[in-house]
Amino acid sequence: MSTVLAFRGGVHPRHNKNTDVLPSIRLTDFSEVDIPLHQQIGPPCTCVVSPGDYVCVGQVIARSEHPMAVPIHSSVSGTVKEIHHVVSEIGEPIEAVRIESDGKFVDDPSVAPPVIESREDFIAAVRASGLVGLGGAAFPTHIKLNPPADKKPQFLLINAAECEPYITSDYRMMCENPDQIIDGILAVMKWIDIPRAIIGYEDNKPLVSRIFEHELEKRIFKTGECHDIRVHKMKTVYPQGAEKMFIYALTGRKVPPGKLPHDVHVTVLNVSTVRQIGLYLRTGMPLVRRRITLDGSALNIHGNFNVPIGARVRDIIESAGGLREDPTKVIMGGPMMGVALDSMDCGLIKANNAILVFGSKETRVPPESACIRCARCVMACPMLLQPAGIDQAARRKDIEMLTHFRVMDCIECGSCTYSCPAKRFINQSITDGKKLIRAEKERYASEQRLRTASQKASSGKEEQDGKSVPKE
Amino acid sequence: MKLQVSNSPHIRDKVTTASLMRDVAIALLPAAVASGFLFGIRAVMMIIVSVACCVLFEYLSRRIMKRENTILDFSAIVTGILLALNLPPTLPYYMIVLGALFAIVVVKQMFGGLGNNFVNPALAARIFLVIAFPTQMTHWTVREGAFSFFDSFLGKDLVSSATPLAMMRNTVADAASGATSSATIAAESSSLPSLLSLFLGQKGGCIGEVCILALLIGAAYLFVRKVIVPWIPLAYLGSFTILVLFFGHTPLLEAVRYRPLSLEAWQNAMYEPLFMLLTGGLMIGAFFMATDYVTSPVTRSGRIIFGIGCGIMTFLIRYYGNMAEGVSFSIILMNILTPHIDRMTLSKPFGERRAKKHASL
Repeated sequence: MSTVLAFRGGVHPRHNKNTDVLPSIRLTDFSEVDIPLHQQIGPPCTCVVSPGDYVCVGQVIARSEHPMAVPIHSSVSGTVKEIHHVVSEIGEPIEAVRIESDGKFVDDPSVAPPVIESREDFIAAVRASGLVGLGGAAFPTHIKLNPPADKKPQFLLINAAECEPYITSDYRMMCENPDQIIDGILAVMKWIDIPRAIIGYEDNKPLVSRIFEHELEKRIFKTGECHDIRVHKMKTVYPQGAEKMFIYALTGRKVPPGKLPHDVHVTVLNVSTVRQIGLYLRTGMPLVRRRITLDGSALNIHGNFNVPIGARVRDIIESAGGLREDPTKVIMGGPMMGVALDSMDCGLIKANNAILVFGSKETRVPPESACIRCARCVMACPMLLQPAGIDQAARRKDIEMLTHFRVMDCIECGSCTYSCPAKRFINQSITDGKKLIRAEKERYASEQRLRTASQKASSGKEEQDGKSVPKE
Repeated sequence: MKLQVSNSPHIRDKVTTASLMRDVAIALLPAAVASGFLFGIRAVMMIIVSVACCVLFEYLSRRIMKRENTILDFSAIVTGILLALNLPPTLPYYMIVLGALFAIVVVKQMFGGLGNNFVNPALAARIFLVIAFPTQMTHWTVREGAFSFFDSFLGKDLVSSATPLAMMRNTVADAASGATSSATIAAESSSLPSLLSLFLGQKGGCIGEVCILALLIGAAYLFVRKVIVPWIPLAYLGSFTILVLFFGHTPLLEAVRYRPLSLEAWQNAMYEPLFMLLTGGLMIGAFFMATDYVTSPVTRSGRIIFGIGCGIMTFLIRYYGNMAEGVSFSIILMNILTPHIDRMTLSKPFGERRAKKHASL
């Protein structure tokens, strides 16, 4: 195995891991939650409760039969008030269940450790726990754990890179619940039959390797079993946690464009995801709370908070200590890839790991100027693309050039935009460019459909004509 | 309460266009100071005139074209310094003004301003001046005696002198006519200056190109500040040196063939490449002109190709061309090729395998 522990390109933003020594605080003081019914890649779920119902923590409130979908559980105990439309974090209307909390957090009677006897049981249990990729992509975990038979994974890679600035929630979780992480890793290795696991973390997190070594030692003394779990330190460079870069840094394998990790025989899980598996197997409590980092100059108190899913951003900020000044930007997620919220009324979703509340100091928008072709974006791009070229092509709406510059292979990590001295909004251009290409593809496909339809029609006509010819 | 909404990322690097250009200007300061010491107060006046004109023309042309004012991005200042540093010390001021006009208005702003010019403005202006005023642009002077900035106040004059490259040409021509044997051109001919004086700048030439020490200090600053990456200068100087070593007037193999263990033979053989590196505009060209962002390729392989192209072109012009010096022309020619180099060297996305040739072929 060739280990490089870094990739080519990337940028070095200031870490700003201000909250990494602060123990997480459990927040319970929420009168209402708005649980969105679409929190993952895949179709939205359908609500299975109706207004007036009493629900408990961990009770299923929405599900879908679609193979990609995972159920959504209530994160508080209380009465369902209404099923209504809210504005999601990306500004789209989305269905949500509003539950009035009674503040008691009564567990649902169905919450019990699952009994697992086979791989199928395990995957069903992961699905039932409502688990999606907690690193931010929200890809359903039970799909990830079930690769095609010919692509049996050789490595289980645990992504603890947490390469976004400010965010420390994964690091705090590793400090506070290492046993659950190891439980989760061992369960996945056992049931999915993966021989080796590697935990990869960036070298700006001081304690990680000692925490896990200690935890693994304890297990050796307790059970006498030795597991092939290694802990690898990686260079701190953004985007080290991006899946393709992470796999390359740890194993030297390159995932080709359009392929998935199991094509190079690895499975990648975020460290929070694997911890959630460990927790579910132990307690049977599905994914109803998330540990998130709250940081930014507009907040009174910074730290990590354990928050029920569906809690509104405004309420979270309120119960975590309130605002110091009027915020100018509220970001769900990290500063490099997070989504800027347009209102603070949307509910926390499963894949969130931070809320950053920036004041005017941090959000000064520098004016955009002409590209000077300095190639900083080219050097920063971990996908080895030419962002400056994409930027130009997208602004000219030049689909041919966009394809030439391979805009669809961009992972939108934002490194180009971060490093641009002309302060150009390259990432915006890339998003626009991708939309253009998708629209073009759709247009082309519908044209093809029309053409084949008309061909069918005309060929049918020809046949009739052909029949009529011999008559004459 | 209104929240800002924008696409990610929400943080930006501190580096700006202006800070990069400011760093280039700072890196050119040692060469500017050295020119003052070597050629007197007039050299400093030339730089001031050139910078002032460039900034003024930038301001006026942006104003007339009704575009936003860009003099604060320092790019006109850099162009002004570079232009002045590439001119001979006795050039009349009105020619500097014409050069600045050509650089800023014709080459830069008429093509859309910073980022859109396809050749380096300062170099294009220099070539324009060389063609328009050949006599004045090839009139070289050198100060007698050591570095003395105050001489010009004391009324000491500059003495006309040929550039070392022109001297080399004459020596080679002499050798060809049989005056000296070709193997002894280098160190033994007393008419050529010593390497140390070439390095420090005691020679005829453009005001900014002569002091190699000052240029290297500036280049080191650019590398430390990560303003430029070394691919273009390395490829340029490397390919040029290799060509001189093997195909120069005293080819390495020939020089040391019979005396491979003699230090003196090696010294003689190394004189020519070092002489070639230390004379003319090669250093300022390789570190400050060829690395111009706007007119050089963006990919690493493209930059190496660009540098090698400059090296070959400079070698050909210096050894076989009509002129003694060829750095400006080689860089401008490679500038023109830059879009093609960029297109040729577009890298494959991460993880994509190179398309395999068909097995049956």
